[in-house]
Amino acid sequence: MATALTGAPTGAAPDPSADTRAMLAGTDRHRRVTDRVMTGMVVLAFLIALVPLVSVSWTVVSNGIERFSPYFLSVSMRGVFGGMDAGGIYHAIMGTLLITAVAALISVPIGLLAAIYLVEYGRGALARWVTFFVDVMTGIPSIVAGLFAYALFAVVFGPGVRFGVVGSVALSVLMIPVVVRSCEEMLRLVPNELREAAYALGVPKWLVIIKVVLRTAIAGIGTGIMLAVARVIGETAPLLITVGVIDSINFNVFEGRMMTLPVYVYRQYSQGLAPCAADATDCITTINYDRAWAAALTLILIVMLLNLIGRLISRFFAPPTLR
Amino acid sequence: MNVSLHRRVGAIALTGALALSLAACGSDNPVGEAGTDVDAPGTTETELSGDLAGAGASTQEAAMGAWRAGFQSTYPDVTVAYDPVGSGGGRTQFLNGGVAFAGSDAPLDEDELAQAEERCAGGEVIEIPLYISPIAVIYNLPDVEQLNLSPEVLAGIFNRQITTWDAPEIAADNPDATLPDLPITPVNRSDESGTTENFTEYLAATAGDAWPHEASGDWPVSGGQSAQGTSGVVQTVNGGEGTIGYADASQAGQLGTARIKVGEEWVEYSPEASAAVVAASPRAEGRGEHDIVVELDRTTTEPGTYPLVLVSYSIACAGYEDETQGELVQAFLGYVVSEEGQEAAAGAAGSAPISEELRSDAEAAIEAITAGA
Amino acid sequence: MTTTTRRSQPVGSPVGERTPRRRRWPEGRASRAFRWLSTGAGALILLVLAAVALFLMIRAWPAMTAGGDVLADEISWFPDDSSLLGFIGPLVFGTLLAAALALVIATPISIGIALFISHYAPRRLANGLGYMVDLLAAIPSVIYGLWGAIWLAPRLEPAWQWLSGTLGFIPLFAGPASDPPRVILTVAVVLGAMILPIITAVCREVFLQAPRLHEEAALALGATRWEMIRMAVLPFGRSGIVSAAMLGLGRALGETMAVLMILSPGALYSFNLLRAGQHQTIAANIALQFPEANPLGVSALIATGLALFVITLAVNMAARAIVARRKDFSGAN
Repeated sequence: MATALTGAPTGAAPDPSADTRAMLAGTDRHRRVTDRVMTGMVVLAFLIALVPLVSVSWTVVSNGIERFSPYFLSVSMRGVFGGMDAGGIYHAIMGTLLITAVAALISVPIGLLAAIYLVEYGRGALARWVTFFVDVMTGIPSIVAGLFAYALFAVVFGPGVRFGVVGSVALSVLMIPVVVRSCEEMLRLVPNELREAAYALGVPKWLVIIKVVLRTAIAGIGTGIMLAVARVIGETAPLLITVGVIDSINFNVFEGRMMTLPVYVYRQYSQGLAPCAADATDCITTINYDRAWAAALTLILIVMLLNLIGRLISRFFAPPTLR
Repeated sequence: MNVSLHRRVGAIALTGALALSLAACGSDNPVGEAGTDVDAPGTTETELSGDLAGAGASTQEAAMGAWRAGFQSTYPDVTVAYDPVGSGGGRTQFLNGGVAFAGSDAPLDEDELAQAEERCAGGEVIEIPLYISPIAVIYNLPDVEQLNLSPEVLAGIFNRQITTWDAPEIAADNPDATLPDLPITPVNRSDESGTTENFTEYLAATAGDAWPHEASGDWPVSGGQSAQGTSGVVQTVNGGEGTIGYADASQAGQLGTARIKVGEEWVEYSPEASAAVVAASPRAEGRGEHDIVVELDRTTTEPGTYPLVLVSYSIACAGYEDETQGELVQAFLGYVVSEEGQEAAAGAAGSAPISEELRSDAEAAIEAITAGA
Repeated sequence: MTTTTRRSQPVGSPVGERTPRRRRWPEGRASRAFRWLSTGAGALILLVLAAVALFLMIRAWPAMTAGGDVLADEISWFPDDSSLLGFIGPLVFGTLLAAALALVIATPISIGIALFISHYAPRRLANGLGYMVDLLAAIPSVIYGLWGAIWLAPRLEPAWQWLSGTLGFIPLFAGPASDPPRVILTVAVVLGAMILPIITAVCREVFLQAPRLHEEAALALGATRWEMIRMAVLPFGRSGIVSAAMLGLGRALGETMAVLMILSPGALYSFNLLRAGQHQTIAANIALQFPEANPLGVSALIATGLALFVITLAVNMAARAIVARRKDFSGAN
């Protein structure tokens, strides 16, 4: 078969010699070179992609590790100024966690229910529209989401409004489509036989969804939510214009400005070099950059942790069939 | 199912415990000083408590950090927040009641004064120039130790009429320097800023025809290098050779700073020289008694003054309906204006402490703040 | 029995809720409530999207109705002798240019990575490599900005000097290259790194789904690995690649922090990629001017935000439409 197709007139030879074997197995020089070159290009592309990954990680870790300490993680910036060798990111971590948690609180029920609608009920024009626009919504620029949240709350509270929930709403706009997408995929993976078995026992549909479908898909949904959280937790621009900045701890998302990690990184970066008197001993000129890098390191660690937790959830909690 | 249920409960418990311990281990006291003040017996000052919010110019941010720290260590129950949203944003937020005080690189204009009448109990505002900072002309030429730039040459450079460092105009003012044959890269602020406003105002006032633009917070010449914030400008100037920019002097760092021409003298920036020009400038007329606005005399020829300065105001109401807010504003501004407060800002932000004369006026204004309708 | 046959249709198609089954009324009511609840959630998403457009419109309205001279009067950074469209125009141009350049840089590399993972790397490595590329997507944009501004830009400067020196006759690369390199090409490189993982992820999915039989047939016919890819994988994945690129484009259009931290802005229609102060993107301009803007300024910025929203919406809709034409491709199967 192959011989005929390579076009080599070897059909006559009853006993393949070394020559014909080479002719069969090999290709002509030009094609071989092209193949090599393209293999090289593909590998090169992969290596190029490693450059940002490695250099970003390396820059962040090597610059951030020095200030990264339990002290740095557990104190706020209250009372820290100039080149003072003090201050930390506790307030920013708390702000980030609280704002993201509220965002998750808003988007997970909506996203999950919408996914249930799409999988279990959806048909007709509405379902098609929802599917389409959920996809489109994943492409909303984060700054537009921030502008939207600002515009929304400014209508109610007047301009200059800044508190945690505004940021949460902005993040929810970004998070909902991601949650819908991943939950939808997970729900579709639940075998129909499970649903059918439950219906056969006379269980009403809503209970089937809650007790069977969601129960089965819970690990996948958990993973999806974790990844969605990881996606929005590093957002800077919308929080910059909706939540403001502060240097003290604020646990109240309904009142007052909050600091968040990405904004903290940006603020420290844009504060630049600190002025130091020539004889000052506990004054570090580059302190703001040091803090920015250390906070960036913390942020990356949190994002990685969320990714890891997400993957672990699906590894340990998913029923064997859906792994 | 049972096993996984247990696992799940365990995981939830673990997460909960983690969250709890996270919430418990934080401290709002990184410097470790305020705590001793709380226990100190006989301090009557700790009576004040509450939140005080301000917003405004980012130029004041570093000084404000020092002020807040100093103030909060005296009154540990008070939280002062300052949102560096920019002068315009600060004024707007102040006028619509979002914040109790504002920091602004420009005083309120007439429209805003009219708005302030509604916002403030009694209709009066107080404005005090509490942050005076020299603007340095920074350049990156490793081999040039000292650079003299007259207003005309400065304007020529930033208007891109003088394009190389060895241009005859520059050489004339710097007979001793070996100027390289490098293109000049002027760097300006890309965001609207008080620094730009003061810099262009200085050029417009002193450079004559060489600077055809008006004073504005937004850089008038387009198509060059620019960066956000003072630190962005400093970083950009640092990043390339032959660059020149303007920035708050406190951030100049290792860069060269040019001397400017005042009268017939070449003057290096210094806090004293900056405070001197403010002291020598007249107060704007037609404003309220405690509305202290100075009209900077950029063209001054008085020796020992550095007219390229930025003056940033603290804006507050002369009366507050909310008693706590009024008391907090009064106490906070009282601290800012004090010698201690001004010294703290000088240390942290390189600003120039205000003159004694200005201080006594300012103290009178702050005294006049009434709290509670 | 009827129930069974109805239920055994593929999950993808909706399952009818009006099945011939007797229900006791309390459960029926709960079922109905639940159905309305989830339908409501679905509708809410459409509502949110509409609300985004609506609120942006409301807030942008003052700037859209005010004349150019009023805007220039009230807003210090608004160009004189210009209308709102004249103001938005260069921003749109800068946004599109930066995103397009990022795409030109990222797409070939992404395809290469995706091919490497799907067809070149050893099976056992492929998963781990895929995860590594996903990690790139997880890095927050502010960190890319920090990295681009502090680490990458100084290292790109000699390359841009060389580019303007040797290829300076092409107007795109006309010199002199700005030093420091706060130019649109630097931004494009960082944006390219940011959209790499998105394009790669979609391409990888598509390439992995290339029909095994076609590939084996090609190999059996004596094709080299590259020829197999060119004949069997790439044609199959073409629309997938296009939509992946569109998704990346959508992402690059809206990126804020990296641009804000790296680019020296300017508002010109310029194709000069190595000169500072020529371009600015909508998102970065919003983040730059928003804090200091007065109410009318905020309104004008929101108008630019609305323009960005419309552009990204169009790009994403186009991308989704292309994907939808190839229904068989989906992350789930």
